[in-house]
Amino acid sequence: MILQSKDVLGLEDLSAEEILGVLEIASRFRAVFDRPVRSVPIMRGRTVVNFFHEPSTRTRISFELAEKRLSADIVNFSTATSSFSKGETLRDTAENLAAMKIDMLIIRHSSAGAARYLAKVLKCSVINAGDGAHEHPTQGLLDIMTMRQRLGDLRGKKVTIIGDISHSRVARSNIWGLNKLGAKVTLCGPPTMVPSGLARLGVEIEYDLKKAVADADVLNVLRIQLERHSSKAFPGNREYHRMYGITDEVVRTLKPKAFVMHPGPMNRDVEISSTVADGPRQVILDQVANGVAVRMALIYLLSGGDPGALSGGQE
Amino acid sequence: MKFAEKAVIMNASEMNRAIKRMAHEIIEANKGTENLVLLGVQRRGVPLARTLGEAIKAVEGHDVPQGALDITFYRDDLSTLGPTPKVSSTEMPFDVTGKIIILVDDVLYTGRTVRAALDVIMDWGRPEAIRLAVLVDRGHRELPIRPDFVGKNVPTSQREIIKVKVKEFDDKAEVVVGEVEAE
Repeated sequence: MILQSKDVLGLEDLSAEEILGVLEIASRFRAVFDRPVRSVPIMRGRTVVNFFHEPSTRTRISFELAEKRLSADIVNFSTATSSFSKGETLRDTAENLAAMKIDMLIIRHSSAGAARYLAKVLKCSVINAGDGAHEHPTQGLLDIMTMRQRLGDLRGKKVTIIGDISHSRVARSNIWGLNKLGAKVTLCGPPTMVPSGLARLGVEIEYDLKKAVADADVLNVLRIQLERHSSKAFPGNREYHRMYGITDEVVRTLKPKAFVMHPGPMNRDVEISSTVADGPRQVILDQVANGVAVRMALIYLLSGGDPGALSGGQE
Repeated sequence: MKFAEKAVIMNASEMNRAIKRMAHEIIEANKGTENLVLLGVQRRGVPLARTLGEAIKAVEGHDVPQGALDITFYRDDLSTLGPTPKVSSTEMPFDVTGKIIILVDDVLYTGRTVRAALDVIMDWGRPEAIRLAVLVDRGHRELPIRPDFVGKNVPTSQREIIKVKVKEFDDKAEVVVGEVEAE
């Protein structure tokens, strides 16, 4: 089997081999998108529940599309419309779901560790769709897939992650995954958002944007989470843009083949200027397309799907 | 699982002759190669389709379009699959709508692979017809499927295994019959 565990909770838990195995299957699912019929029947009769305890558009729709393209049956619910608003605990809600015989639970939660907790309590597979500032493994995988499509083997390649690292689960999943595949990760952003303790994760920290991007192969530009900064970690959007925003001027200093990624949703002209966001050096929509493929691959593999035992003559 | 070879039932030249005969039968049944495409089922159906295409070209003088079909996502046994990772993909370099598709596989056994392959093709379009060509038909069908072009009929017991070897994957071309040995 490609995946050793029944759950996917973070890239910290996955081996390089598992990551590459998932991406291989994901690339086969991507090919399905180009057909007239964009779904395959393999998950017919399996039930997947999307439990989003925090607002999400892109990730929720991406998971939903992935499930539909695998022909799974889907139940969606979010906090606002569930008994959560009546005070039911996370565990009770999840166990009620499990009692209704579901095959997989996709969970997005504002608390780090929520997915791991449910994975321990429930027999069904759990995929973490983002837990607090901890991990967002499917985003990490789709970012790595997008990088590998352009760069091939990531060993020795330099990835610079720019922005609010301390609040970012995307950054953490990127760091774990990229380190395992042998890429060199540099973090960059205002010191209030890039605590020096992060160096323990095996990354370089560079507060000067010019230096941080000079020899980078990839810039992964994170969203400034304006909603999380009630006590401002930086003076203002314009000042952030001036110091850490990815503008045409920054892009001009990059290596000729380097490209810019953004996990969305973008704050245009804060962390990334509109001209870069719409320009020739970004791969943002590739990331979105790869996201569906990566999620299909995880759901398929956790359901017992295997790339082997293929077609051949006789099984 | 260990596989013990019992006998070679086709050697390379016998395979070649069977494929050449099948090529002639396909051309005859289709009255030429108009609208014809060859679709090999991954993995060993793909090189067989290629050889079949060459044999057709030798007679008719022009190339027949080729594709490859991976049926993994269409199987009916998601939870009982074994752990041998082999990755292949579907390649459909033509529009299947209106085509006469010759589906090519190495061994026809339960018919479940062919069932899945038919579903894959239908998701790509609406061919005029689909015909089935297999190098070996070993019987024991579990679905109402029958081949149109057969290299060799081989009566087998269900304990036996038929292995088609092709140059591309196995260094030599032959068909062997064997049995699974208890460890």
